[in-house]
Amino acid sequence: MADMPLWEVFIRNQNGLHHKHVGSLHAADEKMALQNARDVYTRRKEGVSIWVVESRHVHASDPQDKAVWFEPADDKIYRHPTFYDLPDEVKNI
Amino acid sequence: MSASAITTGLLPADYREYALRLGDNALILGQRLSEWCGHGPFLEEDIALTNLSLDLIGQAQLLLELAGSQGDDTEQKTADELAYLRDADAFRNVLLVEQPNGDFAHTMVRQYLMDVYDEILYSELIRSGWQPLADIARKVLKEIRYHKQHSGDWLWRLGQGTDESHQRMQQAVDDLWFYTPELFENDDLQQRLQAAGVAPDMASIQTRWQAGVLPALKQAGLRPPESGWVATGGRKGHHSEHLGYILAEMQFLQRAYPGCEW
Amino acid sequence: MYSQGLNGPAEKNTDDSPEQLAAFQKRIDAEEKIEPRDWMPSGYRKTLIRQISQHAHSEVVGQLPEGNWVTRAPTLKRKLILLAKIQDEAGHGLYLYSAAETLGVSREQMIDDLLSGKAKYSSIFNYPTLTWADMGAIGWLVDGAAIMNQVPLCRCSYGPYSRAMIRVCKEESFHQRQGYEVMLKMANGSPEQRRMAQDALNRFWWPALMMFGPSDKDSIHSAQSMKWKIKRFSNDDLRQKFIDATVPQAHYLGLEIPDPELKFNEETGHWDHGEINWDEFYQVIAGNGPCNRERLAARRRAHEAGAWVREAVLASQQKHKQPREVA
Repeated sequence: MADMPLWEVFIRNQNGLHHKHVGSLHAADEKMALQNARDVYTRRKEGVSIWVVESRHVHASDPQDKAVWFEPADDKIYRHPTFYDLPDEVKNI
Repeated sequence: MSASAITTGLLPADYREYALRLGDNALILGQRLSEWCGHGPFLEEDIALTNLSLDLIGQAQLLLELAGSQGDDTEQKTADELAYLRDADAFRNVLLVEQPNGDFAHTMVRQYLMDVYDEILYSELIRSGWQPLADIARKVLKEIRYHKQHSGDWLWRLGQGTDESHQRMQQAVDDLWFYTPELFENDDLQQRLQAAGVAPDMASIQTRWQAGVLPALKQAGLRPPESGWVATGGRKGHHSEHLGYILAEMQFLQRAYPGCEW
Repeated sequence: MYSQGLNGPAEKNTDDSPEQLAAFQKRIDAEEKIEPRDWMPSGYRKTLIRQISQHAHSEVVGQLPEGNWVTRAPTLKRKLILLAKIQDEAGHGLYLYSAAETLGVSREQMIDDLLSGKAKYSSIFNYPTLTWADMGAIGWLVDGAAIMNQVPLCRCSYGPYSRAMIRVCKEESFHQRQGYEVMLKMANGSPEQRRMAQDALNRFWWPALMMFGPSDKDSIHSAQSMKWKIKRFSNDDLRQKFIDATVPQAHYLGLEIPDPELKFNEETGHWDHGEINWDEFYQVIAGNGPCNRERLAARRRAHEAGAWVREAVLASQQKHKQPREVA
């Protein structure tokens, strides 16, 4: 018999923080996935909110494209505050 | 007689008895569910069943502690003494909770019938005039509400899943249905507790229970059996044969090695 | 819970070019983590699938020896602790199955391999739990040995495995402590309790040492797993670390370790120990331990008894979805 679909589980530790990927599990539908996520991934008060996404709906960038996609950001150092040299006397900036 | 006994007409033994009824229901159901640990139908549900068991045994601990704290020093007992050193005839749980797990259908039907009952009962008990019980009820209620979502979903899924699951669920309903009237028995103690504002009116609990359970069964394509034999006796300590075996197993170490610390 | 003893030889690479292999090794050497969609050698993938799934099986089968005492736990507190611990093991099995699934193997396939006897699981779970003291000995010794092995796995080169192990190690920190606490109660309890505690140590000591796998001198070559940073310490190193940590704990309990040759070596600063009965180890691995048949039978029973539930779940999900989509 086939497995139930695979779901990715995201948990928000506390309000104010992002949901974070914590793992996956199998469930037949979203309701069951949420309950299973609660029972599996929040046994130690790890969360206040859960998202589940069926794994087949997650689209990922291709690791082969890593250089093409992400390395062009390497030399855009002017996006970082430390790029700018200001005199020490100038405060609050 | 204590001051509260004068105003309520209740004796420490009455309070103890009521806490035992609630605590023993939780303990025996928790013990039954713990038998599933490691044997669930799939890993996720194995974990979920253990959560139910953990909640229930935790509830039993609080309720039995409350029961054991009633009366004078000579009568007081710990939760463990009550759980491990009473014989079956001193247990006050309803017969439904001691019924064997059977297949997953029997376990989930038993669970659902109890969860609906407990949700209604504890949503009243949070207003109990007996403050320590009301405090426990608030914690219990949160746990039970989740249990009911879980067992309610299973009722629906399995009731109309496959022919086999439907048939198994219907069989479970048929087998367990006649254990439910006992949940609402309105004996002398129950009436006195109600009069004193400690416990709710059982007739209204029953009405609400039926209003919850009957439509849910129908939605799941299940129906209660017509009529038949009705189980009773738990409140008086007259149990089914199953309880003796549950206790023989549960109490083994305390009985074989009395007075030890573990 | 896990035993390094399961780690067989690394799988062979097939069809991978030397350039690809070299580039991959460079990433490993730079302590880069490998993620599911990254290119990896076929041998690396297969080795991980085998190791992670057997690790998962060990967690799931590992529920059974302790589950044997859940309904007989001597106090409500002990019952809650034991239930929570066994439930953690199910959870750890689940994290690990999920990690293995990222490598392209299905849970169904892995479970079939377990139930058919094709996949192995840790030999330790084929020993029976005969008294309550065994709950103490398992937590203290078996989880203790598992921790020795699992902590280095948190740094494993494969991201999902490493993350699962970090979670497992964090959650398992109470497992060994609760076991030792049970042993403390028993060792300081009545004469019968003390006898049970010593007996549990006698029965679990050697099987716990076997969890680290064959001696390095007889061990199947594991250089490739070390090179891939799947494995980071040798069997004997981890075993010695475990013995050195555990002997003083046994002394504190006033219990005797069942090894007449056990002696502190002033020169090396380690405890020297007697020879392990490797015949027994290979027998248990081969399926001839005291409980191999029972453990697998219990897993098969649960799986078969759950089949109609899993089928119904899928069927009801389809029925449930249709009307809603129409609406």
